[in-house]
Amino acid sequence: MTTLADPVEPAAGLPEYRPARGFRQRWYRTPSFVAGIVIIGALVLMAVFAPIVTTHSPTDQDLKNILKGPSSEHWLGTDQLGRDLWSRMVYAGRTDLKIGFLAVILPFCIGTVLGCLAGYYGRITDTIVLYFVNVVVAFPFLILITAILFTLGPGQSSIYIAITLVGWVSYCRLVRAEILVAKRQEYVLAAQAAGLRDSRIIVRHILPNVITQSIVFAMSDIVLVLAAIVTLGYIGIGVQPPTPDWGNMIADGQNFLTTRWQLSTFPGLAVVITGIGLSLLGDGLADLLRPE
Amino acid sequence: MDRLTYVGHRLLQLIPVMFGCTLVVFFMVHLIPGDPARTMLGPRATPENVARLHKEWGLDQPLINQYLDFLSRLIHGDLGTSLFYGIEVRQMLSERIGPTLWLMGLAAIIAVSIAVPLATLAATKKDGVRDQAIRFVPMFGLGMPPFWLGIILILVFGLNMGRLFPVGGYGDGFFGHLHSMILPAITIAVFLAPILIRSLRASLLDILQSDYITTARSKGIPEKRVIARHAVRNGVISMVTVLGLNMAYLVGGTFVVEKVFAIPGLGTMMIDGILQRDFTVVQAVTLTFAILVVLINLVTDVVHSLLDPRVRF
Repeated sequence: MTTLADPVEPAAGLPEYRPARGFRQRWYRTPSFVAGIVIIGALVLMAVFAPIVTTHSPTDQDLKNILKGPSSEHWLGTDQLGRDLWSRMVYAGRTDLKIGFLAVILPFCIGTVLGCLAGYYGRITDTIVLYFVNVVVAFPFLILITAILFTLGPGQSSIYIAITLVGWVSYCRLVRAEILVAKRQEYVLAAQAAGLRDSRIIVRHILPNVITQSIVFAMSDIVLVLAAIVTLGYIGIGVQPPTPDWGNMIADGQNFLTTRWQLSTFPGLAVVITGIGLSLLGDGLADLLRPE
Repeated sequence: MDRLTYVGHRLLQLIPVMFGCTLVVFFMVHLIPGDPARTMLGPRATPENVARLHKEWGLDQPLINQYLDFLSRLIHGDLGTSLFYGIEVRQMLSERIGPTLWLMGLAAIIAVSIAVPLATLAATKKDGVRDQAIRFVPMFGLGMPPFWLGIILILVFGLNMGRLFPVGGYGDGFFGHLHSMILPAITIAVFLAPILIRSLRASLLDILQSDYITTARSKGIPEKRVIARHAVRNGVISMVTVLGLNMAYLVGGTFVVEKVFAIPGLGTMMIDGILQRDFTVVQAVTLTFAILVVLINLVTDVVHSLLDPRVRF
């Protein structure tokens, strides 16, 4: 039986045969997933252990040492109030990552539930849910979030509310579209014929089959939400000073672009790195969860 | 159904959605904590003045009457008066919409002129080094905040590199506009192009497999001509839809870019309105953006139906 264990070269022109394997056996073989885990893992660790990896408090001012270049004491230099740039960046990451991850949870849940109801029951439920979806979608994502934040006033809780009110739409559309297909499939018809309750059919039979798309989308959604949080901070209606946030750091640094370009550039780079990490993670997850 | 009926039909479908949009912006303002009249008049306002303003704005009426009033004024094109500048919001909008449309148009042109050649290169050499590079390089831009890229471009091309481009403003005349719009338009195009490349590459790969391409090749038409005249022309049709959908989406992501480059467009108007707590302006701009998105989607559908004779109504 040794021949079976030998790797078989795929014949030229034929797609490579890949045996289906479980998630656990394959995750480390997906380069984008591993790279994403490494980047995001490092960022999360830094955020969690912020007091250990930084040398200064993010809010302590030192007016005798303003706008200094990098030195052994201030690794990336100081800002216009003499605050340590590196420490502020790490603490800003703590705030932004926390809000970013938490802010997608509620939209994910609400969107999934509404998508299930609309897709499974159809008719009037579908019409109503779809109407709300169409109205929200008519507004550009960031414009509506900004407008809601303007209404509610700045601050972190307003950010959560605004993102929830706007963000559920994508999950709802995704899940609804998947359920529309799934509910005509035989396993669902069989479950219905067996007389199972609707709630049981949706939660136990359909949802596990359709949720993958949403989970993958959630990864790219965090990138979007993070960009939104940073943008709000930049405009000045997101995370409020003195709490550092990559967005308000970029805005503050913009005034010193000609003297200390680091102040705006580095927080932006942090956002870019986070975005790349999450995109890789999402891509890898999509590869891993795709049924073969 | 002919094309005109189709367009009419689509317009009819828009009415309930636009109705919902007006409800959203109406309640947006009414959910603001505190009294707008008091906010406007400041802490020293006398109760008489507050009451007078309430009456003037109709805030003493029941909510439903206020909404109907808002709606009837809206239909007559009256969007209220800016609380900060004291001029009609309609007039501000008509001045500000030009720069925004300029910026979006130029960004779309730049994005398409980047996307078509790159996607063609990628699709014709599938899985080659070129293909891989074209597919993976844009990933670096995906999580980038647009305004930050704008700042970097200002730093590199506006403040250094011989100050090639102005760091902001709108410029005078056609070439003045063009010159000052290049950097902000590139900023937006960087986000638009990867999405277009992805969709065009996918549809080109499909098309290159199809029978009519094989036929064209077997007739001995040079490969370059097959790609340019037969494949890309059809691939671009599907890209139009993607472009339209994403333009609408990008309108939101890029309103901050206007602020970065100090372009006197709708985005700057909205952000200034927010900072000045000028809620009639914020309300009007939000609604205008929604109308813009809905119109872009409509135009996309119509253009798509014009380009692709297979689209049935």
